[in-house]
Amino acid sequence: MSLLPTTRRGADAPVSMRLGPQPGEVIDRRRTIPFTWNGEDHRAFPGDTIASALAAAGVRVFSRSYKYHRPRGLLTADYLDPGAFFQVGDEPNVRGAHRLVEPGMEVSSQNTWPSLKYDVKAVNQLAGRFLATGFYYKTFIKPEPLWPLYEKVLRRFVHAGAITPDPGEAFYDHRHAHPDVLVAGGGPAGMAAALAAARAGASVMLVEENHQLGGHLRWGDAADLAALGELRAQVAAETGIEVLTDSVVTGRYDDNWVGIAQRNLPGVAERLIKARAGTLVVAPGLIERPYVFAGNDLPGVMLSTAVRRLVNLYAVRPGQRAVVMSANPEGDLAVADLERAGVEVAAVLDARERRGVVRAHGRGGLRAVETNEGRRIEADLLVTATGWTAPTSLLNQSGDRPVYEPTAARFRPDPARMPDNVLAAGEIVGDATVEAIVEHADAVGREAARRAGRGGPAVTIPSLAPRPHPELFTAGTGGFVDLCEDVSAKDITTAVAEGYDSVELVKRYTTVTMGPTQGKLETVNAVALVAAATGKSIAETGTTTWRPVYAPVTLGALAGRPHEPVRHSPMQPWHDRHGATPLVAGQWIRPEHYGDPAAEVRAVRTGVGIIDVTPIGKLDLRGPDVPKLLNLLYVNKWSKLGLGRVRYGVMCAEDGVVMDDGVTGRLGEDHYLMSTTSSGAATVWEWVENWLQTAHPDWQVHVTPVTTAYASINIAGPRSRELLGRLTDVDLSADAFGYMNVRQGSVAGVDDCVLWRIGFTGELSYEIHVPASYGLHVWEQLMARGADLGVTPFGVEAQRILRLEKGHFIVAQDTDGLTQGYTAGIDGLIKLDKDDFVGLPELRWQRERDEHAHLVGVRPLDGSIVPPEASQILDSSGGIAGRITSSRMSPTLGRSIGLAQIDRELAAVGTRVTVRLPDGRDITVEITDAVHVDPEGERQRV
Amino acid sequence: MMLLPCPWCGPRNATEFRYVGEAGPRPDPASTTPEEWRRYLFMHANPCGPVKETWYHRAGCRRYLAVERDTATNEVRSAVDSATGVAR
Repeated sequence: MSLLPTTRRGADAPVSMRLGPQPGEVIDRRRTIPFTWNGEDHRAFPGDTIASALAAAGVRVFSRSYKYHRPRGLLTADYLDPGAFFQVGDEPNVRGAHRLVEPGMEVSSQNTWPSLKYDVKAVNQLAGRFLATGFYYKTFIKPEPLWPLYEKVLRRFVHAGAITPDPGEAFYDHRHAHPDVLVAGGGPAGMAAALAAARAGASVMLVEENHQLGGHLRWGDAADLAALGELRAQVAAETGIEVLTDSVVTGRYDDNWVGIAQRNLPGVAERLIKARAGTLVVAPGLIERPYVFAGNDLPGVMLSTAVRRLVNLYAVRPGQRAVVMSANPEGDLAVADLERAGVEVAAVLDARERRGVVRAHGRGGLRAVETNEGRRIEADLLVTATGWTAPTSLLNQSGDRPVYEPTAARFRPDPARMPDNVLAAGEIVGDATVEAIVEHADAVGREAARRAGRGGPAVTIPSLAPRPHPELFTAGTGGFVDLCEDVSAKDITTAVAEGYDSVELVKRYTTVTMGPTQGKLETVNAVALVAAATGKSIAETGTTTWRPVYAPVTLGALAGRPHEPVRHSPMQPWHDRHGATPLVAGQWIRPEHYGDPAAEVRAVRTGVGIIDVTPIGKLDLRGPDVPKLLNLLYVNKWSKLGLGRVRYGVMCAEDGVVMDDGVTGRLGEDHYLMSTTSSGAATVWEWVENWLQTAHPDWQVHVTPVTTAYASINIAGPRSRELLGRLTDVDLSADAFGYMNVRQGSVAGVDDCVLWRIGFTGELSYEIHVPASYGLHVWEQLMARGADLGVTPFGVEAQRILRLEKGHFIVAQDTDGLTQGYTAGIDGLIKLDKDDFVGLPELRWQRERDEHAHLVGVRPLDGSIVPPEASQILDSSGGIAGRITSSRMSPTLGRSIGLAQIDRELAAVGTRVTVRLPDGRDITVEITDAVHVDPEGERQRV
Repeated sequence: MMLLPCPWCGPRNATEFRYVGEAGPRPDPASTTPEEWRRYLFMHANPCGPVKETWYHRAGCRRYLAVERDTATNEVRSAVDSATGVAR
């Protein structure tokens, strides 16, 4: 057959590479499912991966490589395969040797233009000198202004699929789990450890990256398959084990916090499981290591595990005529598999007897193999079995530093450096028969359960050690170390020659191990090459750091389902029905206005309006020491607050910066109700508790947050007394219920309401707090009973205008993270003669320095211009002297007004200053008193 | 993610807590100097090793806890209720 791939039907139709039924095959031959590959129709069996289905159809070239656009075929035939990254529909970078074919899948090769077969960019192979070691650093740096152009061109050449800007409707999920024992790896060791732990009473989570449990037993002989069947049956029968296949442990963090990406849930694109494991058992097995030699990336060069997977799992003949280089028993078994699959084995090069491959020849695919004895053997398949890499990632993340064993040619865990709650089992620890591996893992599983608190005597874990293996990394003829990143052996030695003599530097300079396989295939070879080039040992050279995540996780899975709870007041249904424009204020959704905020303002100034102020923070304070608490947290004095009285207070932090404000009323002898800003409700509660619990645990104060226990309504305007009087049994006469007083009584038939007479809007107003479940009722009664008074609902926007007309600042609007008390203009409130209050020293010093900015009123000379908030105020030399903090058109005054923070030199009333608008125009504003409407406060005191 | 042993709720994810900061005495506001006060406000020892700090169990019992933690290993040597001294 042709060694160049084609899927075209007709004269050169490819020979099917599908074998007859195999004992361990994972495909279901009873039906086939259709999919397309680069637009052509194909069929697969259920259970086929994309790559196995294509390989069965005779496809040998799957992709073009990252930098040089060299043709690439299968190397590992599993999740890591660097040659099998595909675009599947909208999804790029799909692991084609892992992802199962689904009906109708549209699969295409990546990084090819115009086609896989005739790739224009393969010219990079000829222009290799422009892509020299570290070429990103060397070639495209200067002239710097051209970088955007370079970047644009380079991006067309890099290895990636195409993503759609449409996020689609994929559903991603999160789950939290708390297994006693979490086993990472579902091979024979992982299964045995899980069984032992579960039988000892532990709840067990068994996580396997592949689609089936079993690890290497899956492609083993009859005895292996029998052992696998037995273990699987036991696992299935053990109710204490939750099995997750096609799922991977992505990282281990403090206190065995373990991430798991679960990929095969129906209806879920990907789920991130956050597991808190009592004991983590690391049983990932081993990863077969590629051999580095000239031509090692040709399609047709495969690892022994790849051909064993293809033959035994997918019943695919990997080639026609093979050369096998084997240094271990597993490689020898590959020879038997190939012969059984009808592959002509032209030669077996026993690496234990120093025979091996030095070069592979071919264009577009392997044609011949050159041995170290000078033979040249025609072949379309070269199989290497030259050693194993221990994926120690989870152990490194647990604090272990695996040690290199030259006699075994791999790293192994150092038990002395592993934390108590992490154990290792299986081949990552050592090599043995399946029976011995299972016996070791059984002990590990029992010990894992014991360490997770499931009792039982301490377990003696049998010894398990790696068997000897020759150190085989490279034939010394060049070739690729990193097939994802197209990093060659020469790149590594060049980097060392250029002075990058540590493995971490070589990694960053050459990008070796930085591709999608993240070093799992190439790290040890890279270390060996660096060691050889620097004259150090592999142990001295060390490895790069194995950081989380171990396997890629989608951003969708990390984000999970959106969990953004919102809060509504009990009156929200009414607001919805009456056309309220919603405003997102922290967690709260509340009405910004009902269509015309200016009209709402006029209604409050001339008649009566009601606003839903439920989000205002409310703390119920009880106990004899409440006055001490208030005196400590507020800058003003609270000792003499009479029964039934309300007082306004401002809180500063210890740095003197304004933190919150609000009123507190005294409802009973030892009973107070504190209000906070809407946004500060949670913060102030924690703040109060902080001072009570850490500084004054002896004070008798009990704090209950009641923000949502009450629905709160402010009734404001000259006719508010008339309206509320129709609904309450509380005497509202000016003599009986004066300004800044609090009463309790019933409103609209609802008992236990709290009524405050306060004046944020500057009008006669009552703020009523009613038990939340009656909030809507009271609101509707106010609207119904006030119809003849023209009662108007108003929103946050009207309230902001009303308070601005009164010059009341809003914390975090007119103040910021640096605004200390005297800047906010609360000089009269701050009582420096108190023994103590939070922020006292800083406020004392602020006043002594007397160089602070001031919060002032501003009015543009042209009253039709509203300078946007945050517009800068300029001083005479054009420097910044302050900024507009609030600004609105005042319906009451018919002109624009504002508040501003401004340097003290320019803060005197009557000063004219320049304000620069965002569009660059300058306007003149005059400094005024902060209070624009009713400076004497007559309206709110009637 | 680190676990913190709350004396009331048991071992809990650190994300349930708010980190308040290193615990230290508040200077006497009547006699303090700017240098001393700002050291209290802003300057923390941030040692690599044992440190006494305050955590607030925001998503749990809402108690402030006095915690002694080794910043190098995240080992928590003690965690007691700040107000009552209650330990688990």
